[in-house]
Amino acid sequence: MQRRHVVQYGAAGVGAVALMLGFGWWRVDGPGAPKPASQRPLPLSAMEFRLTDHEGNEVGPGTVIGRPTMVFFGFTYCPDVCPTTLSDISGWLEDLGDEAAQMNVAFITVDPARDTVDAMAEYVGYFHPAIRGWTGPEDQIARAAEGFRASFERVPTEGGGYTMNHTASVFLFDAEGELVTMIDYHEPREFAVPKIRRALTEDVEGAT
Amino acid sequence: MVKKLRYTNALAVLLTVVGLSAPALAGSEDVVVENAWSRASIGVNRPGAAYMTVRNTGEDALTLTGLATPLAVMPQIHETKTNSDGVSSMAPAGEITIEPGQSVALEPGGLHAMLMKLQEPMIEGETFPLTLAFSDGGEVTVEVPILGIAARGPES
Repeated sequence: MQRRHVVQYGAAGVGAVALMLGFGWWRVDGPGAPKPASQRPLPLSAMEFRLTDHEGNEVGPGTVIGRPTMVFFGFTYCPDVCPTTLSDISGWLEDLGDEAAQMNVAFITVDPARDTVDAMAEYVGYFHPAIRGWTGPEDQIARAAEGFRASFERVPTEGGGYTMNHTASVFLFDAEGELVTMIDYHEPREFAVPKIRRALTEDVEGAT
Repeated sequence: MVKKLRYTNALAVLLTVVGLSAPALAGSEDVVVENAWSRASIGVNRPGAAYMTVRNTGEDALTLTGLATPLAVMPQIHETKTNSDGVSSMAPAGEITIEPGQSVALEPGGLHAMLMKLQEPMIEGETFPLTLAFSDGGEVTVEVPILGIAARGPES
């Protein structure tokens, strides 16, 4: 009789501990965990990387602070997402017209092995003239991606080549280099233009 | 160019007529391909992509099994997916089944005909033939217009 009680209490105790451990996991590492703040891109002023633009100029986060800025990652050997993003951005810039004239637009390659300065120059030439192509050594690209909390990965393809998985969002910063918002890849165009306007107006408000 | 476009129209009419006249038969003759377009390439090193809508006007499901074109050594249907973190990736889509009366859209950011190992550059203003192979052994060939690199859709 006594022994049966002990077994029952013991089982209940083990069950309670397992429940607490399970709950703890859910809150800390599991789906209940809060999104870490570290997934938000850093302000441009807190980033550090050195790249070269498609005209051979040395560029970095400091180059674009002072004006509202749009940044996105891609590569020129990308047949679908990247030309679509570049032509979407070209369309947004056309819609904004003079409003966008004071904006920096940087397209950072995640495939510097193939995207040399010359390759970037040829490619961006087909899109809106405000779009600058940035490339550089792999470690500097990696540092840039880290600052934006963007990711990229080289994936081999069937034909012996490779493609790149990469963050396809467009990052919008105000003139001080603070993140205003992001435009996700599939967002309808009518949402994008007001978001860019917000980055542009925050600049006006900051200046007055 | 004009001649080629006229040929495309004739083909589309032909396909529609065949589809209407034999509605009971299921097969690639019930396929209508619309709004095909592609972007010009820079040289031949980069893969190209083509887009279109494939409509099954028949009464049975049809499966798109493969692509062929003299333009590229390895044409394949690929799918771009963007996950919740905003990361886009691309992978072969495998076979695509189109239910009767339904259509499948190959469009930017989703399914597309990926043209790997281009044999020649894709030049704006030209067209190229693309053959779609179906599970019934039938084939449908369309002339795909090549638009500018910055094109966003079949009209631009």
